Amino acid sequence: MKDLPQVAADAIDTSPDTASGSTVSGPPPPPERPATSSARLIATLATAGALAGLVIVLVFAWANPKIQQYRAKVLREAIQEVLNEPATVQTWYLVDGSLSETPAPGADTITAEKVHLGLDANGEPVGYAITGAEPGFQDIILVIFGYDPGSDRVLAMKVLESKETPGLGDKIFKDTAFVAGFREAEAPLAGVKKNAGSGADNEVDMITGATISSRTVIGIINHRIEALDPVLDESGS
Amino acid sequence: MKATTPAEDLVRGIWKENPVLVQLLGLCPALAVTNTVANSIAMGLATFFVLVGSSLLVSTFKKVIPHEVRISAYILIIATFVTIADLVLAAVVPVIHKELGAFIALIVVNCMILGRQEAFASKRPVGRALLDAVGTGAGFMIAMLMMGTFREVLGNGSILGVPLFGQNFEPWVIFILPPGGFLTLGFILLTFGWWQERKAGTARVRQWPHGVATPSREEAA
Repeated sequence: MKDLPQVAADAIDTSPDTASGSTVSGPPPPPERPATSSARLIATLATAGALAGLVIVLVFAWANPKIQQYRAKVLREAIQEVLNEPATVQTWYLVDGSLSETPAPGADTITAEKVHLGLDANGEPVGYAITGAEPGFQDIILVIFGYDPGSDRVLAMKVLESKETPGLGDKIFKDTAFVAGFREAEAPLAGVKKNAGSGADNEVDMITGATISSRTVIGIINHRIEALDPVLDESGS
Repeated sequence: MKATTPAEDLVRGIWKENPVLVQLLGLCPALAVTNTVANSIAMGLATFFVLVGSSLLVSTFKKVIPHEVRISAYILIIATFVTIADLVLAAVVPVIHKELGAFIALIVVNCMILGRQEAFASKRPVGRALLDAVGTGAGFMIAMLMMGTFREVLGNGSILGVPLFGQNFEPWVIFILPPGGFLTLGFILLTFGWWQERKAGTARVRQWPHGVATPSREEAA
């Protein structure tokens, strides 16, 4: 960097003016920078800040619909996947411990707690797609799973968001055997060591080297079913 | 300040004063998100965009920005470009944006970018500042790609997700984990250092990239 000496000279420029006023022999002090008034400093930063804010707002207005669209698409695809491609999907909101077609008054449709009911071609319910999130090994793991309250069985599981360790914890969505282990598993699930289970319906083989991540996924599903089962059973699907 | 030609301004950052491999700046993203080639490219492009945009603005407004608040003004400009890059990536390539996570926002504190503003863009004409930013940004991308390729090939056996080896390839997982970033950078710097030593041959005073001459052996003794 050939610019370094210049930077150094600059630093001397801004240092407290030791040279001014005192009788220093030798080379003359560097020319002093005229002090800028505080008003001008504030005005500059305020203008720059306002312009920056305006630009960001414009870009956000353009990008946000696309971002929301992508999120909705991911969720839609995940619902199709965990409910084994139902013909139609209905969204039900949880209001005061029961299912309702509309969210509670004043609640936001995006953040309100909800489940997605899948119906087959004959209009028969196949199960609910339920989301759940809990802290995993690195960060919150967001999971969606299909659940049939009639038979108390998990239909399928998909990890929507996770920052688990690449190569180890990320097997919760990259290891197809682990993901397949949730198909038709009976709730409540029990995680077992690979090849150490008794073959019971509620057993899911955990991933070697990713115990915490696998346990979290199983935990999320169990906790959500525990919380929602009374509500879903009541609505008689 | 030594006068430089426009060509020098452009080429300097690409190789001879490569920000990552020679100046060792911008190491945080270079270590953290180079685990795949795709991530390296996205990070490289985002940083390139921020660097070129900020250099352009800083150089254009260098007379308007009072000396006392210049760093705050630079950070404000850089942060604006980073936010734009963040939103655009989230809208256009959401999968990669998810992988890069917080590191996009952290471009704001990439000292490579602020360094170029303070040392170059704030003192030179707009054209030169642009050339310098393009060169430095390209150098950063080259370094990111070197690391990303090395790590993805060894750690995942693929390039851009396309498998290179057969089913029996056992990926060297450590290379896509954080320690692999340090190992990779270490190996690359080692190769670089060795190569430069060789090139320097019997020269007794080694010219450091910053133009600082290290003491000769007699002086050091």
